[in-house]
Amino acid sequence: MDTQVAQGTIVTPNAGMNEPLPPPASLVGPLAWLRQNLFSSIGNTVLTILGLLLIYAILKPFLDWAIFSAVWSGPDGSVCRVEGTGACWPFVFAKFGQFMYGRFPDAERWRVNLTYALALAGVVPLMIPSVPGKMWNAVYVFIIFPIMAYWLLTGGIFGLPIVETQYWGGLLITLVVATVGITMSFPIGIILALGRRSKMPLVKWCSIAFIEFVRGVPLITILFMSSVMLPLFLEHGTNPDKLLRALIGVSLFAGAYMAETVRGGLQAIPRGQVEAAEALGLSYGKTMGLVVLPQALKHVIPNIVSEFIGLFKDTSLVLIIGLFDLLGIVQQNMQGDAKWFAPSTPMTGYVFAGLIFWVFCFGMSRYSQFMERKLNTSHR
Amino acid sequence: MKSIKIVGLAALVALGGATGALAQAKTLEAVKARGTLLCGVGPAAPGFSNPDDKGNWVGFDVDYCRALAVAIFNDPAKVTFKPLTSKERFTALQSGEVDLLSRTTTWTMSRDSSLGLTFAGTMFYDGQGFMVKKSLGVKAAKELNGASICLQTGTTTELNVSDFFRTNKITYKPVLFEKSDEVTAAYDSGRCDAITNDRSGLASDQVKLKAPADSVLLPDIISKEPLGPVVRQGDSQFFTVTKWVYFALLNAEELGVTSANADEMAKSTNPEIKRLLGTEGDFGKGIGIANDWALQIVKKVGNYAEIYDRNFGAKSPVQIARGANELWTKGGLQYAPPIR
Repeated sequence: MDTQVAQGTIVTPNAGMNEPLPPPASLVGPLAWLRQNLFSSIGNTVLTILGLLLIYAILKPFLDWAIFSAVWSGPDGSVCRVEGTGACWPFVFAKFGQFMYGRFPDAERWRVNLTYALALAGVVPLMIPSVPGKMWNAVYVFIIFPIMAYWLLTGGIFGLPIVETQYWGGLLITLVVATVGITMSFPIGIILALGRRSKMPLVKWCSIAFIEFVRGVPLITILFMSSVMLPLFLEHGTNPDKLLRALIGVSLFAGAYMAETVRGGLQAIPRGQVEAAEALGLSYGKTMGLVVLPQALKHVIPNIVSEFIGLFKDTSLVLIIGLFDLLGIVQQNMQGDAKWFAPSTPMTGYVFAGLIFWVFCFGMSRYSQFMERKLNTSHR
Repeated sequence: MKSIKIVGLAALVALGGATGALAQAKTLEAVKARGTLLCGVGPAAPGFSNPDDKGNWVGFDVDYCRALAVAIFNDPAKVTFKPLTSKERFTALQSGEVDLLSRTTTWTMSRDSSLGLTFAGTMFYDGQGFMVKKSLGVKAAKELNGASICLQTGTTTELNVSDFFRTNKITYKPVLFEKSDEVTAAYDSGRCDAITNDRSGLASDQVKLKAPADSVLLPDIISKEPLGPVVRQGDSQFFTVTKWVYFALLNAEELGVTSANADEMAKSTNPEIKRLLGTEGDFGKGIGIANDWALQIVKKVGNYAEIYDRNFGAKSPVQIARGANELWTKGGLQYAPPIR
């Protein structure tokens, strides 16, 4: 090794010459970047200035409202009713517990936090490709964790007091509905998509009927049916849990949409792939599981993530059946609690809720872009 | 509070409700066996029912349910509040998801007849009114000729205001919004001269304005909105209990029994007070509850005036004058039959 390096040094033509000069300041560095990207021509300069003015015009009043002239502390809405004040943050601070947990009893809120911690402990390593033991990790996330979360949140076991779902609310409901919807919709979608392409007529037509029926009605209708009409058809007094009804409704709805997304991916796989797999003697399950689905799903990652993000935001529709998700409980408090009434209270509540939704949706979007790059093994 | 949209649904619901109503006779027994009263309340009605900072339910409708819980269990905490939207409230009652509604529901004939419901009384006399800017100089609703009026679409509010202006042969320009918050914000920013809503709603809308003192409620009331607790038809025992809890609150106020002096009053020699507080007669037993039911209600929740003041009085954020809700002895409409 040493000799090779030494030899290399000798034959290098640049040996002994001056270090190359850095490129001129007009071509690199921040100034050059500005010039190249923002001020390369008169038109671009004008656009840049207009853009900056626009940003300033939007950002200044917003920052002024949200930070500089905002009210940061106070016992009730009277401090926010003063002329010229901005956002009413004490409203959010006073109601923060409710926004996060709904009416989950104070003494039991550690159970929700523990559930979040357990979820993170499973999901984070699962999402980082370099962490080993994916098999056991998946078993934990998809089998062990849901059981533990169910016990922790509802209680009634190991001496934990029962907390009925009617006391759940806020971000907890949003996350429960979104997580269950997302995890359930994926397998349902794959099964329905494969069913729709099946050669067995019964399976095929059942899948088509289900997908087309569910996609043909709005989510609100499904939730409304489950909440308002279903109880009338059941025996008096038997009321299946409202949250459970909503979860089933959301999962089936999202599943039908997911089925069409997955089918889009399946159709992109050339027939030759299936034929090759069959020629190797692979069974249907192996053909799909080892050859077709891994390729198909990779194609539709952006669409799948769009579905997930859409579903996450759709969770606020559960408000119409009297479940108070994050947005619902913010609205309930700003419309119902006269103690906090002030001109700026509604806007403050909406900005807060919007911020939380954005954090989650943006996180999902970024992760999906990371996965796309990771899985982009060929075809480019 | 009263959406036109629910009428169509109500027709559907009536089908199911008719069969459901037969199966449910012994609500009181069921409540006692369950150990908690299921009370349907409005999700966000300032002064009537809303969650406080800690998430506990407070309000006028909430206090009524607590009084009912005291009558049945002698414990104001043994009630579970179920927030119900105006669309799902009747189904929830008919299907047995709640034992009663105490959620700003207007007593109308169709609800008594086709929906299979029974109203236990008028806890709160409400009515549609107008709020205008003081600077407009309007003193009565009839002077609003040509005014632009902000209101919520799809409610009976819209219908009432159109009827009112047609009857009086004057014109107005409706400015419609989907949500009540938008109505208030539009009025506040000067998009219309007046807003119309139930007067209790206007009182809470006023608090949301930038300068509440610059607006004023007009004296006119253009519709009748009697609000009260609702139970299912066909269960006269539970209906009687809900009705008499309301009457007991009124009788206690009329006889001067308050949460502060209830124990003192129990020693009174006044026969009316003795019958109310259960030291004479078996009136409680007659409706399937304890004889000192009214005494406990007043001690633990208060009489009608105390409940009213707590939620709409001078110290509450939403202030509504008693007006029609005064006792009949003071010129109002609140009148309870005697306990005899």
